[in-house]
Amino acid sequence: MKKYTYTEKKDTRSGFGAGLLEAGKKNPEVVALCADLVGSLKMDAFIKEFPERFFQVGIAEANMIGIAAGLTIGGKIPFTGTFANFSTGRVYDQIRQSVAYSDKNVKICASHAGLTLGEDGATHQILEDIGLMKMLPGMTVINPCDYNQTKAATMAIAEHHGPVYLRFGRPVIPVFTDPDQKFEIGKAWMVNEGKDVTIIATGHMVWKAIEAGEKLADLGIDAEIINIHTIKPLDEEAVLKSVRKTGCVVTCEEHNKFGGLGESIARLLVTELPTPQEFVAVNDSFGESGTPDQLMTKYGLDSINIVEAAQKVMKRAGK
Amino acid sequence: MKHTINELEDIATQVRRDIVRMVHACQSGHPGGSLGCADFLTALYFEVMKHNPNFSMDGKGEDLFFLSNGHISPVFYSVLARSGYFEVSELATFRKLNSRLQGHPTTHEGLPGVRIASGSLGQGMSVAIGAALAKKLNKDNSIVYSLHGDGELQEGQNWEAAMFAPFNKVDNLIATVDYNGQQIDGPTEKVLSLDSLQAKFEAFGWQVITSDGNDMDSIIKALLLARSLTGKGKPIMNLMSTQMGYGVDFMMGSHKWHGVAPNDEQLANALSQLSATLQDY
Repeated sequence: MKKYTYTEKKDTRSGFGAGLLEAGKKNPEVVALCADLVGSLKMDAFIKEFPERFFQVGIAEANMIGIAAGLTIGGKIPFTGTFANFSTGRVYDQIRQSVAYSDKNVKICASHAGLTLGEDGATHQILEDIGLMKMLPGMTVINPCDYNQTKAATMAIAEHHGPVYLRFGRPVIPVFTDPDQKFEIGKAWMVNEGKDVTIIATGHMVWKAIEAGEKLADLGIDAEIINIHTIKPLDEEAVLKSVRKTGCVVTCEEHNKFGGLGESIARLLVTELPTPQEFVAVNDSFGESGTPDQLMTKYGLDSINIVEAAQKVMKRAGK
Repeated sequence: MKHTINELEDIATQVRRDIVRMVHACQSGHPGGSLGCADFLTALYFEVMKHNPNFSMDGKGEDLFFLSNGHISPVFYSVLARSGYFEVSELATFRKLNSRLQGHPTTHEGLPGVRIASGSLGQGMSVAIGAALAKKLNKDNSIVYSLHGDGELQEGQNWEAAMFAPFNKVDNLIATVDYNGQQIDGPTEKVLSLDSLQAKFEAFGWQVITSDGNDMDSIIKALLLARSLTGKGKPIMNLMSTQMGYGVDFMMGSHKWHGVAPNDEQLANALSQLSATLQDY
């Protein structure tokens, strides 16, 4: 098992804030909008540098999405910022008609996704957003795994033409990816090569998959770990290549098991390479108040759950 | 003026012929609101707007128009075709399979003149504001126009937009409401009263003007007045009274022709009231 270490923990939303500032410096067409959550989205640095390119819309997310769509018509590249819940479910029809169907170059940037939002509880902990967004034709869906990857992804989507949903989170987590990485949309990242089981993870679950890989190594199991940061378009080749080798797969995501990364992998495999699969995901449930760690444990999203799922799926595959 | 009032009225009459023929040919679509707005869109595209039928999505350096109440697509398509965005013969494909003239306007099929999809109501004001803000950032002094149904104002997003635009001094935007007092289930006053739209928009900080949307002279005067009011710190709202179905006597003033196509006999009757001033497509 390849060794991953970290010297600091940071939140992925700060990676977004840093990436937005860089994207703004690089391209004068980049503009930003926020619905009364500037501090939470870490947009302060961009606003300070480019006050005339920032639009505070107040608590009015539908209007924010519409304005962003309109801004693209003058050649702007708008980044909208609010919580994941208010970035998707609240404004689904606006995104569907004014952004996705209209093929507008809007970057929907969503913080506080999933259970790790914590104490605010289920009203704010959306676990359905990946599903909502990936169903929209033409929408790119990205869920990076740490500060550095989120920063790189934010800069990369500014250069990609088309609507993007960028999902990130609130808590501080290990920073373990390369600070100078080149983020390639739609290209999986091989975290660890292995032969016994494929573990595919996105977002906050990638670090947990690494922890699980170490525990599995102690048990004599050689896990291949793949980071799918781009859920749509899916790097099908990378998934198939790995699964051809291992014959079994575990998918890990901080999302409902319905509609998320796991289902995308299952859809691919059932048509191309039917393979036993286990899902480490929220079991069709809303969240609740608690600390991020407590919630990840209660809802079965810890590294031990990945270890158990790996053992189970290997058994199902006759290994 | 580029055209006389009479010339503009003649164009609007031909647009009305196009509308009833398009809706009859596919036996679906929305003739009522389309007929009511034929004069307004004719005035906008043939007289008032500085626009380029050699279409570019960015629309830099030209005035832009956004149709928020997308169901009146027949009038939009007819005016776009008649002002040179595409061949008028293409109007015959309205609502048919593989057409660029979808039931509701869309950019998806690449129809020149359309910059945003609309149909699901209440989204166009926000989009128009965004386009107007982009013009300001681009130091582009041209104007953004939008059209909204009155019933459509029951959608809450409009009021988010209505609050945003004056506060942010979006004064290069001229929004018009097709104030016909009708919606699918009946008169707006019975379905969900709009009460005083003028008082509402003034309270939100808009510069409100009123006009008669079925009187070409009134429309032109209102739009020229609206233009003169741009750049003064406030968005402009043109509350334009119209009659749904205007120009075809049996369709006028009733919500019943909101989304119903005429049969052969009704088409003949309608066309007898609308002389072909330009060539039919």
